[in-house]
Amino acid sequence: MGSNSLHVLKGINFSVEEGELVAIMGSSGSGKSTLLNILGMLDVLDEGSYTLDGVPIKNLNETKAAQYRNKFLGFVFQSFNLINYKSAMENVALPLYYQKVGRKERQEKALKYLEQVGLREWADHLPSELSGGQKQRVAIARAMAAEPKVLLADEPTGALDSTTSYEVMDLIQKINDAGNTILIVTHEPDIADMCKRIVHLKDGVIVEDKKITQVRASQYV
Amino acid sequence: MFDIERWQEIFDAMLKNKLRTFLTGLSVASGIFILVILLGFGQGMQNGIAKEFEGDASNRVGVWTQVTTEEYMGLNPGRTIQLKNSNYEFINSKFADQLEYRSSNFMVWNLSVDYGKESANYSVHGVSPEFQNIENQFISQGRYLNYGDGEAVSKVVIISNKIKRELLKGVEDPIGSFVKISGINFQVVGVYGDKGGDREEDRLFIPLSTAQRVFNGSDNLNMLFYTLKPSDNFDEALAQSVKFTEEIKGYLKEAHTVAPTDPSAINTFNTLEGVKRFQNLTGGIKFFFWFVGICTIVAGVVGVSNIMLIIVKERTREIGVRKALGAKPWNIIGMVLHEAIFVTTVAGFAGLIFSMGLLEFVGPHIKVDYILNPSINFTVAISTVFLLILAGAVAGFFPAWRAASIKPIEALRDE
Repeated sequence: MGSNSLHVLKGINFSVEEGELVAIMGSSGSGKSTLLNILGMLDVLDEGSYTLDGVPIKNLNETKAAQYRNKFLGFVFQSFNLINYKSAMENVALPLYYQKVGRKERQEKALKYLEQVGLREWADHLPSELSGGQKQRVAIARAMAAEPKVLLADEPTGALDSTTSYEVMDLIQKINDAGNTILIVTHEPDIADMCKRIVHLKDGVIVEDKKITQVRASQYV
Repeated sequence: MFDIERWQEIFDAMLKNKLRTFLTGLSVASGIFILVILLGFGQGMQNGIAKEFEGDASNRVGVWTQVTTEEYMGLNPGRTIQLKNSNYEFINSKFADQLEYRSSNFMVWNLSVDYGKESANYSVHGVSPEFQNIENQFISQGRYLNYGDGEAVSKVVIISNKIKRELLKGVEDPIGSFVKISGINFQVVGVYGDKGGDREEDRLFIPLSTAQRVFNGSDNLNMLFYTLKPSDNFDEALAQSVKFTEEIKGYLKEAHTVAPTDPSAINTFNTLEGVKRFQNLTGGIKFFFWFVGICTIVAGVVGVSNIMLIIVKERTREIGVRKALGAKPWNIIGMVLHEAIFVTTVAGFAGLIFSMGLLEFVGPHIKVDYILNPSINFTVAISTVFLLILAGAVAGFFPAWRAASIKPIEALRDE
């Protein structure tokens, strides 16, 4: 898209194992969001290859991409992106609607995931009636509801204060503990330290890729 | 395809965006409402005008004469042409197969008519019994003239309801009583009314033969009236009556030695030509109302398109979220279209029912000249609703399609 092309990622070679919790760091313009969008099939790559769960992701039409997104990926955004006229439960149930899950089952599942993020009693509230941290937890529940292979979080704590950020990170760590693969884009070092692996991007190339000892968020909560 | 899940999703979205739904619906409903009311009144106007014209038999031809204006065969212009009984009889026999009703007319203007001490001036017409059918008169009391009256040269008279009111004040049953016309006693045998109203009721009718004899008419006639047998369709009837008119004109010009080019010595009128003009007029009115109505619908369609564009714009981010969560392009298009079609359908029918109800209940009570019982053809109304629904769908499709084809990442970036 666009008439002027701009090389954002200039040769990135990395793979993520199942069950990893990876932080992608870098200053703005380093290409970290672009990388995440490509991984999330929200954006397409011009060159190179991307394999997800053994499936090569290339030349996807919109319908196919939508299917893969629905099946493989869960998204968490900095600005939550909840649908404002739907209640917390309906928001969580939305990916299941596109999986053609029946209404009853959708609601049950949605309540189950809301329970996991500790917002069961907020199920009937609209996003406008929730705090920032609660909204992000609803968004995480929504990302989890489709039971994706990978959870992609773009600055999930970017709009939250540090206490709330740690609560959200605690939740993400617990989900990771349950065996889910998670990639987080962040520019906050303390958030990155709560992951198991940090990838530093600069000007579109990986400058550092290291495994770290995880800092548990629960100690701050 | 009936997809209950999508219906629920749409109802959710609509109920939670009541204002948006309401405004879309309102523009559709008002468009239909205005169109139906306009077309209804167009029809009402047509009915009203038709009623104004319905008084006289519609394929009537009349003939009268004036003075010549052109020199012809050595005769000077300025001669007065006088119709004669023989002219009338000749036409009767020559065109016998085409004529439905026929009557000649010998009239005297402004005769003093007395009843008891009351006196008033009316015109007195000598006519044949068939004149009743030509003028669309109805009998309120007694009988009309008959052929026996003419043969016997009886002094009998038909008066109008108006004359009965004005002259024979307080007389319940005037049949058998006598009125004096120019001092001569005539026996009243009938009371007529005219659908054309009071202005047509200032006339008394007596047998032609009596009129010619009593008022020194000799065998002179003032006018000839004919109605032609009905044809299958209007154009045929019109052609026939025009041809008939030209033929009797030609005959009379020849019989009275009038130049074939003389424009005013022999005059005719032909009500079908009037009907044609009337039809053109109502056609014009109808066209005007349709034009305004279609403009209204176009405005409605533009309104719906606008609202759909705004809805899609407003929902771009939501569409991005839905796509990120796994919505396929057709899910998005389906969602937007489904909502658009549903709202326009419900609102369109609401507008239709409301406006037709209004016409149904208020229409018959409207008492205005030239507007009678406004109503609308149901098929036309239904088709406009479907047209609007189709327009709403088309109007919704393009923005929906655009929205569905934006990359989710761009839709999400939309602020």
